[in-house]
Amino acid sequence: MWDYSEKVKEHFYNPRNVGALPDANGVGDVGSLNCGDALRLSIKVNPETEVIEAATFQTFGCGSAIASSSALTEIIKGLPLDEALKVSNQDIADYLDGLPPEKMHCSVMGREALQAAVANYRGVEWKDDHEEGALICKCFAVDAVMIEETIRANNLRTVQDVAHYTKAGGGCAACHEGIEEVLTRVLAEQGITFDPEAVSKVDQPEPLPIAATIKPAGKLTTVQRIHRIEQIIDSIRPNLRMDGGDCELVEVDGNIIYVNMVGACAGCGMAAMTIGGIQQRLMEELGEFIRVIPAEHMQHPHPNPLPRGEGAQRAPVEQRRAAHG
Amino acid sequence: MADIYLDNNATTACDAKVVEAMLPYFLEQFGNPSSMHSFGSGVGRALSKARKQVQALLGAEHDSEIIFTSCGTESDNTAILSALKCFPNRKEIITTAVEHPAVLALCTQLEKEGYTIHRLAVDGKGRLDLDEYKKLLTPNVAIVSVMWANNETGTLFPVLEMAELAHAADIQFHTDAVQAVGKVPIDLKNSNIDMLSVSGHKLHAPKGIGVLYLKRGVRFRPLFRGGHQERGRRAGTENAASVIGLGQACELAQEHIECENVQVKALRDRLEQGILAQVPNCFVTGDADHRLPNTCNIAFEYIEGESILMLLNKQGIAASSGSACTSGSLEPSHVMRAMGIPYTAAHGTIRFSLSRYNTQAEIDRVVAAVPPIIADLRKMSPYWGENGPVEEPGKAFAPVYA
Repeated sequence: MWDYSEKVKEHFYNPRNVGALPDANGVGDVGSLNCGDALRLSIKVNPETEVIEAATFQTFGCGSAIASSSALTEIIKGLPLDEALKVSNQDIADYLDGLPPEKMHCSVMGREALQAAVANYRGVEWKDDHEEGALICKCFAVDAVMIEETIRANNLRTVQDVAHYTKAGGGCAACHEGIEEVLTRVLAEQGITFDPEAVSKVDQPEPLPIAATIKPAGKLTTVQRIHRIEQIIDSIRPNLRMDGGDCELVEVDGNIIYVNMVGACAGCGMAAMTIGGIQQRLMEELGEFIRVIPAEHMQHPHPNPLPRGEGAQRAPVEQRRAAHG
Repeated sequence: MADIYLDNNATTACDAKVVEAMLPYFLEQFGNPSSMHSFGSGVGRALSKARKQVQALLGAEHDSEIIFTSCGTESDNTAILSALKCFPNRKEIITTAVEHPAVLALCTQLEKEGYTIHRLAVDGKGRLDLDEYKKLLTPNVAIVSVMWANNETGTLFPVLEMAELAHAADIQFHTDAVQAVGKVPIDLKNSNIDMLSVSGHKLHAPKGIGVLYLKRGVRFRPLFRGGHQERGRRAGTENAASVIGLGQACELAQEHIECENVQVKALRDRLEQGILAQVPNCFVTGDADHRLPNTCNIAFEYIEGESILMLLNKQGIAASSGSACTSGSLEPSHVMRAMGIPYTAAHGTIRFSLSRYNTQAEIDRVVAAVPPIIADLRKMSPYWGENGPVEEPGKAFAPVYA
């Protein structure tokens, strides 16, 4: 039995806003019948104010699909369209106090239905670029398609590379056989034989340009430190841009670094993981404990920021392990 | 009201008599049966008795043909890997598309290692084509492994006939009989079955105990090497208490085999007919005329199985489903797909599997509970209109990225 939160169960047993909406002016049908989930979201938008006045759903889906759909309709009712479009699948999952990793795709489906319904209201065609593969890493909910694409885009060769770039395999490590199979398949396309003993590129002492220009950790002036943070983020950006996203440095406040996730990264289901990766990279390069937080949370800083200047090398062991696979 | 357990193909409750038989072997008679003292010898005698009890249920000619293992999966893996070791030049395996993962996942792995796997197809009712099978019986085949009864639909396969054909072609024949043992009369001494897998927890014995039947004289290579236990064919200290429990369970199964085929079957039919009479757009999957007496698998169209299970569970009713969502995979059950059941029905399949402990009152409660659950879920379905499926459901609702 899935470990569903009480909130998921409550929304499943008492789903809100079920059924067709007779005077809907935006309808989004998304899903994958093969995998057993499909969702129709109907919205009624006030053309004057562009506010969603009503939202209902119909679904062919499991408990979490019904709960995610119900949560989505509750979240978006009363929101202006532009606000509603900012709702991420993580917001839907958070609203339900979390979903099992195998079920995160239900919340992704909710977000896509919303995009499709809004596109339908605006009279534009909605194209989905989302392709879903078999779930490989249960710790971080990473599927085969995501791993394949990341291997191709970054010329990855080892399980450690994959863990570094996607987080897959960075938790319990039980999926390493599965990741090796994906690597074998993708590398074979390029005529390369997967070598289980190859050295990970993340472990190689790659002389990064940043390291050459600025001295490692220690007594940096504030200006030097910010400059260095900027350089590190700049070195990550090409990878983000390959996926149509980007990241900007907004503010450095002690050990809290505020960034803006833009483009495809904004509202992406993987944004939290991407930020986790940036944070890990910054900690490694700076040699101090820092926290990366999306800039939209700047007005509400974390309730318990770590005291400034908390020493280097204090990153929690779990986080280091996760990043190193 | 007590909860109703209709998921006996997944696992069964231990019979109280089984537990009773096991208990002395934890605190009092804890000895190692291989030991040369009185702590061990009593356990050794109890194991011999258990072996004879299993032999009797399977109709095996000799008690030395019974090898105790840890589970059905171990028995299946042992049988297939043994044949590959015995016949290193034979690189093909014949099985079916609807086997349990204990066989199928192993075969998929062997395929990656270079073996050719023939997965016999089934028709819409889950039946095999024996002509297709006969054509595949060549000297390249190391072993045939075909389940006696399918775990999802209960459909029975003609394993006796298939074993005979394999025998004539000089090919080893193994059957995964974990669902059939105790529900179908089995007489191995008068069959050509070389190896057969049993799982204790499917017949009211505990989990973690299984049997591999190995016909005398059949070439065999053990999976585990170590001590001399099980005559060197499965090393490792005997799981004594569980072996004794399984022996007791086999004796009880033999006593109740008629009950399974009369009373349990009658309850199953009552459940099935009760549901079919009240719920529109549902049907029985598998070969209804040739199946286990305790199993009923119904596909409810246009809704999803996990939702049905959750609502049944809320009313204290336990069953299982072939939907993708219950397993966390992206595809519905391979058994439903092999039978060509449309996705809109395959995701809504529910398996009810009964045992001799179920009562008519329980079945009547389930028959009353199911129709409103199905109706409520269909109200949410984009494929369902006021009183039935929408016209041309495939066109009315065709989501992006199907």
